[in-house]
Amino acid sequence: MVSFIARRILVSILILIAASFIMYVLAANSGDPLQDLRNSTSPNRQALIDARVNAQHLDVIPPLRWGIWLAGAAKCVIPFANQCDLGTTFTNQPVTVLVPQAVGSTLQLVTLALILAVVLGIALGMITALRQYSGFDYSVTFISFFLFSLPSFLMAVLLKVFIALGFNNFLADPVIGPVALIVIGVIVGAVMQLIIGGPWRRRLYLFLGIGAATALILWYMSATNWFLKPSLGPVVIIVLCAAIAYLVTLIIAGVRNRRAMLTAGIAALLAVISYFSLQWLFDISSIGTIVFLGLATIAIGIIVGWLVGGYDRGMNMRIGALVAFLSAGVVLVDRFMQSWNQYVNDVSGRPIATVGAQTPGLTGDVWIQGLDTFTHLMLPTISLLLITFAGYTRYSRSGMLEVLNQDYVRTARAKGLPERTVIVRHAFRNMLIPLATLVATDVGALLGGAVITETVFAISGMGHLFISGLYRTDVNPVMGYFVVIAITAIVFNFLADLAYAALDPRVRTH
Amino acid sequence: MSTIQGNQLEPNIPDGVDAAGVEGDGAGESQGRLILKRFLANKLAVASVILYLIILVFAISAIGLGPIPGWWHYSYKDLPTLLNGGTPTLSLVPKWLGGAGIHLGQHPFGQDTIGKDYFALTMRGIQNSVLVMLVLGLSATVIGVVVGAVAGYFRGWVDAVLMRITDVFIVIPVLVIGAVVGKSSGGFGALGLALLLGAVSWMVIARLVRSEFLSLREREFVEAARVAGASDARIIFRHILPNAVGVIIVASTLLIAAAILLETALSYLGFGIRPPDSSLGLLISQNQSALSTRPWLFWWPGAFIVTLALLVNFVGDGLRDAFDPRQRRFSVRRTKEAPAAEPAKQSA
Repeated sequence: MVSFIARRILVSILILIAASFIMYVLAANSGDPLQDLRNSTSPNRQALIDARVNAQHLDVIPPLRWGIWLAGAAKCVIPFANQCDLGTTFTNQPVTVLVPQAVGSTLQLVTLALILAVVLGIALGMITALRQYSGFDYSVTFISFFLFSLPSFLMAVLLKVFIALGFNNFLADPVIGPVALIVIGVIVGAVMQLIIGGPWRRRLYLFLGIGAATALILWYMSATNWFLKPSLGPVVIIVLCAAIAYLVTLIIAGVRNRRAMLTAGIAALLAVISYFSLQWLFDISSIGTIVFLGLATIAIGIIVGWLVGGYDRGMNMRIGALVAFLSAGVVLVDRFMQSWNQYVNDVSGRPIATVGAQTPGLTGDVWIQGLDTFTHLMLPTISLLLITFAGYTRYSRSGMLEVLNQDYVRTARAKGLPERTVIVRHAFRNMLIPLATLVATDVGALLGGAVITETVFAISGMGHLFISGLYRTDVNPVMGYFVVIAITAIVFNFLADLAYAALDPRVRTH
Repeated sequence: MSTIQGNQLEPNIPDGVDAAGVEGDGAGESQGRLILKRFLANKLAVASVILYLIILVFAISAIGLGPIPGWWHYSYKDLPTLLNGGTPTLSLVPKWLGGAGIHLGQHPFGQDTIGKDYFALTMRGIQNSVLVMLVLGLSATVIGVVVGAVAGYFRGWVDAVLMRITDVFIVIPVLVIGAVVGKSSGGFGALGLALLLGAVSWMVIARLVRSEFLSLREREFVEAARVAGASDARIIFRHILPNAVGVIIVASTLLIAAAILLETALSYLGFGIRPPDSSLGLLISQNQSALSTRPWLFWWPGAFIVTLALLVNFVGDGLRDAFDPRQRRFSVRRTKEAPAAEPAKQSA
């Protein structure tokens, strides 16, 4: 195993060096690096040109210049020497300073998008597999094909124009008319009855019930000016926490499992208590406090599960952690909502931003700053999410269908396990194995591939570093971008192989 | 994003139903005819092929190709005067419904900000995008098949060297290398761009073909051909390649679907096709700021990009179903009826 890993690392390094050579020569030959200076009318034009030629070694031909670059980059490998030299841009900023900033803002953008895409994609794929060849299955298949065929810049521009402008205009006068209420109710009812399924009579009741409830809730929100001053309030929080506890138990353990129900109930109750007792702490919180509270919540959930215990302690601990985490999320969302009105006033009534990653010059506590990040990253995240999640839906659907056809699933059914156990315990876990590989490769792709989304939304992340460098034929930032992307791709491919071997015992025998 | 990176829409795993249900496949028919029959039975895929061809013929005949003039009275280079703010004159609502009657008018898709006829620009964009799609797909397939076949057939150090080269190209994201290549090939036009992009997107096909060849070369019919004295080239092209053609066709169709997204993305970023020539991505990039005031400048190219990509994806899906009968669609209820004993689960 050790020799395998060592060989793999050695080969990867050689591949990286070769790829960097190709990239360097292509990028250096893609245009004239002195273009902007040649066209300039500045009196010291010649001096500027000479300075850039000297600083960037432009008098050396590209393949040899790559050697200079590689010699500087090789110093990065020396540990703790801090001699890393990836060159400078035309404006004399060292690339080693620019890259970490860019990685930071790109990670901020893609992390949530990837997590949501994986969770939603797998959930939707599983539902469509369980309702194969239903109307819902066909609709989701068509939508995922559509999203697959939609160029990312088109999606981004559309979101920018319709969601951002539309929502901001809506907030100026937040009243939903009766026609819109009926249309929304009909759509939500129709989608929900397709997901839940069943005989037509049950579907009709579901359609009418859910549709009417949606319209009624929206009417109430509109009538009470909820969109201007949103908050959940104690009643909704209690209802939501109870619903989370019930659903998590239903999915993981089944509602007949009293101990699981007890764990979930206690965890949800603790979250509700924290809502009433911790508001003073929230008001003076920093990001550190929130992260600490989040970790503490998960720990408490695990402890609750362990204390309730029973014959399946591990499962109870998982339920406790999940319920506590989700319920705490509800409490957190409520706290953010309390700051919403103030935030909307701060940005003069147009909260959803279309460019940049933050409002310049905005001051406020952690909640205001959090909302600011949220409103700026919401649209780019949605646009990345929609594109990525179409693929996951397709993969998890066909993976689930394949797994459901396996002998061990038939065995599980034959020995009389309830359908829930068969799907959650036997099918779902095995379906996840090939997806682990996919997620690993997608991390690299997303990190490097957010180029277009970043361009449309003017976020200065990795994509911006690459594109702006390439426009000016400024090779060093382009190479800085490339190094990060290539190393991520190699590392995550390697992790994917290892994960596959760890998750699937059949692979190890080969 | 990953749409551009990975061109496989779905993993190559069966869709949950066994081959057992493949009914009515006549005995004496050749493999090719069976596949064709299965493909033709997929109405969506056949309709997609037809619609794709219609769009292509329409775009080529409208403004002509190269020196040959088309039936439309403007070319994408003409600069007529801006009429009526450039609003589209296309009308599809008949007079008896209260509309303006069905007619094309002077500028059915409107005019862009300087007055160029948008119908001609869009048709030129379709021509270029389709050209890039097909040339990129074809050249990448040829390179990929050759590299994969040689590596898989000869194995040993040839395989090792070729696969390491493939790895080198895989490390660089397609969009990135495409942007670099596209920037330097600005002067070559659509055809040059397509060929260069094809030269950097063959890796997926090479890997697929190699793994196909690795398993096929051990089969008895290859042994038989070798015993009969066939040359390596003959074995590769006449004996093994026809058996791997399904994988290749499906992969290159999906590559073509990804190609239009790559080309439009590059043109959008300014690294693809340059003005005065036109491309669907370029049109969107030039006019995105006008979306609220002149939405037609955005909608026409956008609609055609999505339509073309969607059609190719449907064709690719249909081809996969045709080549791999395990994924065939047939009434799943028949297979489900047996275990449908659980009363809790109603009809699927």
